[in-house]
Amino acid sequence: MLEIRWHSRAGQGAVTGAKGLADVVSTTGKEVQAFAFYGSAKRGAAMTAYNRVDDKPILNHEKYMNPDYVLVIDPALVYTTDVTMNDKPETVYIITTHMSTDELVASQPKLAGKNVHTVDCIKIAQETIGKAIPNTPMLGALMKVSGMYEMDFFKESMVRVLKKLPKKIIDANMEAIQRAYDEVK
Amino acid sequence: MADTMELRDIEVWDGNMAAAQALRQVQVDVVAAYPITPSTPVVENYANFLANGYIDGEFVMVESEHAAMSGCIGASAAGGRVATATSAQGYALMVETLYQASGMRLPIILNVINRALASPLNVNGDHSDMYLGRDSGWIQFDAYNPQQAYDLNFVAFKVAEDHDVRLPVMVHQDGFMTSHTAQGVKTLSDEVAFNFVGEFQPMNDMLDLDHPVTHGVQTEEDWHFEHKARQHNDLMTKVFPKIQAAFDAYEALTGRKYNIVECYDMDDAEVAVVCMGTSVETAVEVAKEQRAKGIKAGVVGIRVIRPWPFEQIAQAFQGCKAIAALDRSSPNGAPGMLYNELAGTLYNAATRAVLTGYVYGLGGRDLTKSLLNQIYADLVANAAAGKPTTALQQLIGVRGPKLEFL
Repeated sequence: MLEIRWHSRAGQGAVTGAKGLADVVSTTGKEVQAFAFYGSAKRGAAMTAYNRVDDKPILNHEKYMNPDYVLVIDPALVYTTDVTMNDKPETVYIITTHMSTDELVASQPKLAGKNVHTVDCIKIAQETIGKAIPNTPMLGALMKVSGMYEMDFFKESMVRVLKKLPKKIIDANMEAIQRAYDEVK
Repeated sequence: MADTMELRDIEVWDGNMAAAQALRQVQVDVVAAYPITPSTPVVENYANFLANGYIDGEFVMVESEHAAMSGCIGASAAGGRVATATSAQGYALMVETLYQASGMRLPIILNVINRALASPLNVNGDHSDMYLGRDSGWIQFDAYNPQQAYDLNFVAFKVAEDHDVRLPVMVHQDGFMTSHTAQGVKTLSDEVAFNFVGEFQPMNDMLDLDHPVTHGVQTEEDWHFEHKARQHNDLMTKVFPKIQAAFDAYEALTGRKYNIVECYDMDDAEVAVVCMGTSVETAVEVAKEQRAKGIKAGVVGIRVIRPWPFEQIAQAFQGCKAIAALDRSSPNGAPGMLYNELAGTLYNAATRAVLTGYVYGLGGRDLTKSLLNQIYADLVANAAAGKPTTALQQLIGVRGPKLEFL
């Protein structure tokens, strides 16, 4: 069982990101689960979304999770929420920030000694998609850090997931995914 | 003629989309609906399919859930295939019309996306709304995941519209935990799905002007009891064979097997948890982990809540030594519904298992595997002692001092 927890603000696309990832993973024959804990359900409020992936049917519906990956797509949540909650020694973090990994860890001591990667998904999204929707770039960064899928396969799959959007937006998302893949440290 | 939608063999859908796709595939003629979280996407998706030409039907926007079910009643009495969806406060506002729909023997399908009842206001999943409707004369199915929300809708139409049944059916799923959780759903093609349910066959429809009928009549002490008795008789005797036949036909079509009472690892179980919704699946996983430790643990999931499967339940617990009934609704001054129904069912049955109750998960509070492990530990102690070692009712997963009663 692979478990992923997303930290986001409502409106930043964590649910879409988690469901998009589940859609792609499902096409490879794996069982998937994608859900969210909406909290106060107001735009801008801190929220968490979750993915589970397994080779056998997923029966567990608890929200409690010891994540393998923690994906943080809003830079401030590292300080205002506990993104390390219920982690384990091997948990991998990918965090959106304009800072370097060292600067980030220095600014939030809870991340000291953890496997932390950083990428500026907000900036990438603004420069490619034109809006601060950092979900698809985070998936590009996840592909790089996890080695889950080849980039060509992943991007082809995401084009299908996003097919209802205008072509210009889809192209911008593909660029965002590639940039985050290349830039994550 | 509606367009066909090409679906992949497995789509990643949440429970709401799964239910909406089923409503599209059976080509529901009329949806009268008023949106409420977390059920909104069911009717929103129906409206979307309709607007894009995938359904030949009618979406009626109304001013309340009372009006929504009233619209459904009118459309169903007129002679159409009818469905809608609701949750919580919307369901509560519908209650008066729920009794009208079942008493008028109208085969309406209601997707209930289970949610807590205010106050305090809460949009998350528990079973208070589902419990509220249990004496309303509807058939109630419970889905534990999006696949089942999809499948049970087809079974619901098949059973409801059978001319020997003619009763409305609710298909329940857990708010958010199923309705907003995306999982792989094995799909049917539009043609196969529609043919399983078939063309709607009207009965006593008001638009059949050659055979005028009256709907919604008044009966006082002269006839009221006879009508209610006949409805109860049909629920007690006619519905289960039709549900079983529909489950069998669905299994033959899809390979997916449903049972009126779902038993997991119950053949030799000594301790068993009984619950509904997503909790069933989490409990099944915990029971397997208990088995790995040598505990003979099982799970019973209630698939058909109404009519209550008295005989199948009594059968399920033969050989069981301790049972926990898990209620996801505040009984507000009584034992929980499942506890009471099980006690009533097992009192004259062969089993003499120790029965205790737990109230859990109100307002979407997480049912963790850790809590389920504690319940099994209680059950093992009860089985060994041959009597309750805890209070008969415990509240679990709630903060503050331990609350237990009876």
